[in-house]
Amino acid sequence: MLQRHQTWFFDKRPVILASAAVGGPFEANGALAEDFDMLHGDIWLGEDSFEKAEKKLLEQACEIAIRKGGLKKEDVQFFLCGDLMNQTISSGFAARTLGIPYLGIFGACSSSMEGLALAGLLVNSGAAENALAGTSSHNASAEKQFRYPTEYGGQKPPTAQWTVTGAGAALVGKTGAGPKVVAATIGRVVDMGISDPFNMGTAMAPAAVDTIQAHFRDTNLSPEYYDVIATGDLGKVGHHIAADLLDKHGLKIPPEILTDCGIKIYKENQPVFSGGSGCACAATVTYGHFLNRMRKGEIKRLLVIATGALLSPLSYQQSETIPCVAHAVAIESE
Amino acid sequence: MSNKKKKKLTPTQQQFHILAKAREPHRPVFWNCIRAFLVGGTISVIGQAIQLFFMTYFHFDEKTAGNPTVAVLIFLAALATGLGVYDHLGQWAGAGSAVPVTGFANAMASAAIEHRSEGYVLGVGTNMFKLAGPVIVYGVVAAFVVALVVTTIKVLGGI
Repeated sequence: MLQRHQTWFFDKRPVILASAAVGGPFEANGALAEDFDMLHGDIWLGEDSFEKAEKKLLEQACEIAIRKGGLKKEDVQFFLCGDLMNQTISSGFAARTLGIPYLGIFGACSSSMEGLALAGLLVNSGAAENALAGTSSHNASAEKQFRYPTEYGGQKPPTAQWTVTGAGAALVGKTGAGPKVVAATIGRVVDMGISDPFNMGTAMAPAAVDTIQAHFRDTNLSPEYYDVIATGDLGKVGHHIAADLLDKHGLKIPPEILTDCGIKIYKENQPVFSGGSGCACAATVTYGHFLNRMRKGEIKRLLVIATGALLSPLSYQQSETIPCVAHAVAIESE
Repeated sequence: MSNKKKKKLTPTQQQFHILAKAREPHRPVFWNCIRAFLVGGTISVIGQAIQLFFMTYFHFDEKTAGNPTVAVLIFLAALATGLGVYDHLGQWAGAGSAVPVTGFANAMASAAIEHRSEGYVLGVGTNMFKLAGPVIVYGVVAAFVVALVVTTIKVLGGI
């Protein structure tokens, strides 16, 4: 199980029985629209607040994943979920609807892989037959909490990122057909002294690099082992920095393997600055796009490193720098 | 980043800052200035036109026309905010749409709209001045200081 310092190797090979991705209007116009299970044309989703809309996105993703897995809610023992809202209300409220025993997690935008790693661990250790990992983010609710009101006319710099409106969920089971959760590397918190909340990609890049290095050190694999190595939401700016840092540290990852969910999710002409971000960025791209490609046989081995910035509006106002974390999960088709 | 902050960083952090800075896309400062000039100027021209309108048709003089002119501009900015236009203008124009009185109206209206979901008292009432409040606070403080200085000079027989 424990492989060297910080990696779990799942010998029972838990299966991702099903996964689901739900998105908003901006994602519907994005580059990966066909990989979503459900897309909404309205950011309110017919609700009267952005927070309720986010909760609904998460509920839908979880329900679709359970349905696609051919299970009922009662068959799932544990629900692991996290989001960006204060006190992770989206997760808690979705868990209230689902009625599945719930473990709340918080890793900011790394919550997707934190949840998947823990779900894999629960199933692998026999603590659960089936576990559901989910996460969500909403552009407007995140802007409201972390930045300015959505209609405020402030100018954002080119390093800013666009929070993905969406939710992703993965149902992990003991046996069945589907991609296997093979290993997970839990990241350390890294803070390189960046304090600009409009430059999250730069802040998170070192955390991603640290976890990637730890993963290859612990597993003794070479980067070429994977068909795709995808970081969570570094965006164009952070991706560039992460690639250069990896190079500097002597870990050569071919550019055609190394990619970023925040770059992939939107089209070039969408006004998203450096790229996508938010919990749903890594979640929807992994649970939608990458797992679809894996099921089609286009990729066989995938490493996702979801990156999270552990700041709060309060810590930023008190001039704290941004601590960041990244968790990696390896998924293989057979 | 100020030098004071930089001194606190470890050598590794400082190295990273140099590496990151080199890869950061540059803000288009020149174009931002041009856009701010154009939009800020256009808003001012519209303001001027409204002022002339009040002076020509409603018998205001140059001084008294100020208040209704500002009121109209604030109304237009709040309307544009509600229609979801002003934030797009703000991204394009930067200071051009933030500095005139319309920017102040946008700051208040956007906060009020945003927090409507928490109710009229705790939501709208509490949060309306979230962004605009500092302008009022420091505006009043600055006016007070200036008034003190002017009064002192007068008392001393300066003017």
